[in-house]
Amino acid sequence: MSRHFDTGAAPHFPPHATVGGVMRQVLYALAPGIAAHVWFFGTGVLFQILLATLFALGFEALALKARGRPVGVFLRDYSAVVTAVLFALCVPPLAPWWIAFTGMLFAIVFAKHLYGGLGGNLFNPAMVAYVVALVSFPQAMTAWIPTTDVAVHGLGPLDTLLTILGGRPVNDLGWDAVTGATALDAIRTAAASGQPIDAVRESSAFGQLAGRGWEWIAGWYLLGGAWLLYRRIISWQVPVAVIVTALLFSSITWLADPATFPSPVVDLLSGALVLGAFFIATDPVSGCTSDRGRLVFGAGVAILTLVIRRWGGYPDGVAFAVLLMNMAAPLIDRYTRPRIYGHG
Amino acid sequence: MFGRPKTAPMDAARAAGTRLHRFDGGLRLRHHKKMSCEVPVQRAALPQRLYVPLLQHTGRAAEASVVTGQRVLKGDPIGCFRHLGSGCVHAPTSGTVSAVVKHPISHPSGREGLCIVIRPDGLDQWRQRQPIEHWAEAAPETLLERIRDSGIVGLGGAVFPTAFKVRDASQRGIHTLILNGSECEPYISCDEMLMREQPDAIVLGARILQRAVGAQRTVIAIEDQMGAVNQALGDAVRRAGAGNIDVVKVTTLYPEGGEKQLIQVLTGLEVPAGGRPADLGLLCQNVATATAVARAVTEDKPLVERIVTVTGNGVRRPRNLLAAIGTPIADLVELAGGYAPHAARLVLGGPMMGFPLASDANPVTKAANCVLVLTEQDIRPPQPELPCIRCGECARVCPARLLPQQLNRFIRSGNWEASEDHGLEDCIECGCCDFACPSHIPLVEWFRFGKSQLRSRAEDRRRADLARDRFEARGTRLERIKAERKRRIAEKKRALGDQRTMKDRIAASVERARQRKESAE
Amino acid sequence: MLAAVFSIAAIGILFGLGLGWAARRFRVESDPVIDRIDAILPQTQCGQCNYPGCRPYAEAIATGEAPINQCPPGGEAGIKALADLLGVDPLPLNPENGAEALPTVAVIDEATCIGCTLCIQACPVDAIVGAPKLMHTVIAAECTGCDLCLPPCPVDCIEMVPRPVPEEQWSWPEPAAAGGR
Repeated sequence: MSRHFDTGAAPHFPPHATVGGVMRQVLYALAPGIAAHVWFFGTGVLFQILLATLFALGFEALALKARGRPVGVFLRDYSAVVTAVLFALCVPPLAPWWIAFTGMLFAIVFAKHLYGGLGGNLFNPAMVAYVVALVSFPQAMTAWIPTTDVAVHGLGPLDTLLTILGGRPVNDLGWDAVTGATALDAIRTAAASGQPIDAVRESSAFGQLAGRGWEWIAGWYLLGGAWLLYRRIISWQVPVAVIVTALLFSSITWLADPATFPSPVVDLLSGALVLGAFFIATDPVSGCTSDRGRLVFGAGVAILTLVIRRWGGYPDGVAFAVLLMNMAAPLIDRYTRPRIYGHG
Repeated sequence: MFGRPKTAPMDAARAAGTRLHRFDGGLRLRHHKKMSCEVPVQRAALPQRLYVPLLQHTGRAAEASVVTGQRVLKGDPIGCFRHLGSGCVHAPTSGTVSAVVKHPISHPSGREGLCIVIRPDGLDQWRQRQPIEHWAEAAPETLLERIRDSGIVGLGGAVFPTAFKVRDASQRGIHTLILNGSECEPYISCDEMLMREQPDAIVLGARILQRAVGAQRTVIAIEDQMGAVNQALGDAVRRAGAGNIDVVKVTTLYPEGGEKQLIQVLTGLEVPAGGRPADLGLLCQNVATATAVARAVTEDKPLVERIVTVTGNGVRRPRNLLAAIGTPIADLVELAGGYAPHAARLVLGGPMMGFPLASDANPVTKAANCVLVLTEQDIRPPQPELPCIRCGECARVCPARLLPQQLNRFIRSGNWEASEDHGLEDCIECGCCDFACPSHIPLVEWFRFGKSQLRSRAEDRRRADLARDRFEARGTRLERIKAERKRRIAEKKRALGDQRTMKDRIAASVERARQRKESAE
Repeated sequence: MLAAVFSIAAIGILFGLGLGWAARRFRVESDPVIDRIDAILPQTQCGQCNYPGCRPYAEAIATGEAPINQCPPGGEAGIKALADLLGVDPLPLNPENGAEALPTVAVIDEATCIGCTLCIQACPVDAIVGAPKLMHTVIAAECTGCDLCLPPCPVDCIEMVPRPVPEEQWSWPEPAAAGGR
């Protein structure tokens, strides 16, 4: 008597990796950096993450329903959560709630689902969100706060929450009282007024090596990125290309004119360069797919970031650099195709 | 990373096996081979009925040469090739042909094909056999004919008729024979057990093939985790006194055992696209094929049985069985202790490239190297496939250096030119990309579909070109006939020219006469 | 202001010259468009497009006389390929010309055939062999399934059957559509 079986496609192995698993690893790798962020700048970032995640999942569910796709399957792939967290890490901790709302609206609905959903977006959704928010709400998006140890009017968790929900600082403090420049802001101001870098080096925005607090956060992002490399979640080409190119470019300009240009260490540990190298430029959907292409992509991101920092209109240029390289990614992919076995 | 070594000169091919190179991509998989290697190979008892398919190889099916009721002896030909591209089939044991019917034939499509059903008489009596005693002095053509008439096909899984492959290769000039004993797919251990238990037959087969194809040396490639095999083969080579046979260990990395990858590892060369290993002066054969060649030449025993690994968590006592072709798989599973609880899927082949069978009534064919019974935990739950996130893992593991994420997009959107341009024809269907994909996209299924589409489009183009030529030829012919007819009519007109003038004159006189008559009224 | 106008004009002229030179320098020689259209058409020579064969239809498309949606044997895939080649929008197949169907071949019922040769004369690709008062038969490998042999047959002995696919040309089916897409 013959026995019948169900048939299914090869490979006949239990699943090796899942999209949700990959995304979750990214979140775990961000955790140390987030913890450092909280340590230095208070609980604001946690509320931003919470708000952004809620808005992101909400918009994603709405968009999936509107497109007639299964909602549960795609919410569980954590891609919206990663977008939300990356965005929340790029905005000031006291940013009002509508920043997260606008950002996630543009990231999820416009930059992701209108392009076909998961795997279809041409541009990095978190960066699209950041740029839209920056251009629409320039004041709120540049209102960074000093580290808790040097803050004059540091806000506790409840006050932070109320500030975010209310849209302005509590207790009638006023924005000037609670905000402070970042290291990159200070460098930009010095450059704009023609002062040498050393003049601002002693300001409270700076720590031992680079931006106060930010240098530690960048270090923890670096460790998280190393974890992702170890787990083979990302490949080494993009982060190495970004960091090496940034160091090279920065060294050249600094050696040429140390008074005007920051040192490579300052450049590397300030702003979102390390975050960008390991977590933002490595977004697989909007980046290049071939190994050589990724090297070019990473180098391009580094160069554009530093160019914008020095001669562009913004203190940090990671977001614009990533978006510009996203535009170039298909072309780079076309010209860096690996040679097929047996051809050539 | 920046440019790879291109195809190097012939010296590298001649030096096959002296240095080990690496191939791109590949996966380190868990072997699961020990479970089936713990006991020696056991001969499977003959079943009640043997269902021998007439299509067990690439190419067209053989044609039945026996009828119902006919008595056959072991090794009698029961299916002959009616077309140059097919191999022949022999009776696996003595008995009576009880039917020639359609029956499942262990084909990936799950379809049925014509099978010769034999009822064994239990005597297992061979037909008259004529071994080629002095094969070392025999002409290569004699050896090739014997290989062809014995129905030997590539037993590594491709089941290409061996005689054709060897003859085609020898015409291009072969200097090195490679015997492929690097069984890289998990669970499968039939070649390993063969090498452990019958190394002399393998060495003999190597020497016969060397003579048949004119090679100067042989390299037997085995995996580096096959410790006992290395010893056994080394001893066999020494016993045979064959100075030009080397046993080489290659790293255990899937899909090392693929012909193209093995050649790349042994020589550092790449088989040119659209070409064959014979272009590099190499001929690659599976060790089981070599053993079959040895049996066919020295004992005149055609290919009627093979070692099948019956394994997986879904059978109670996994082992290797020497089974007659045509044995229903259900019988083999019985011999392996029967199904374990939670047996959920029956696969013919390995977990990477094997295909599922709907029923265990399917018979053992020449291609059946492994029967893998998997439980629910071993297989992927049917989960929805997510879109491609372009992570690039598939490209990282591809041994052919393709871009599966691009091929996937092109095939789904029907962009056949682009998929051809991106090397779809070079896909070896190893399944590495499938394994690595976090979105669980069935890439190999799409590539197989894409390749079929490319083939049928090429066929359509060929037919269209033929139709166009015939249409134009017909048009030319009709034009020619018309022109000839015109010419003939013009000639006739000229010939009749005077007569017509005569007619006009007569008509004119009649008219005049009539008018005269009218005016006279 | 004048300087701005001049400089923009100069840049425009410069780039224009550059583009012109590039168009000439990097020109890719390709077949005349009629040949490329003809290569896409299925060569069934059935006349369903209202032209006496595929080549006349290709010529009509090239001159713009005929739209690209009149070929049923080419089907939607053919229309799309023509649209891509010519850079126009694809149109749905014109139902007046026929409907897309599976490929067929003609089969003559030899018991009924009277040997009149009318079908032989009608076949556009000479796929029928025979002679007057002798048996006619269709060479299946050459038959394009154009149906032109059916009307002339006085005893209606020709039947169109689905084209058989040889065993060794079995092709893998298209995988089921993804759950998420």
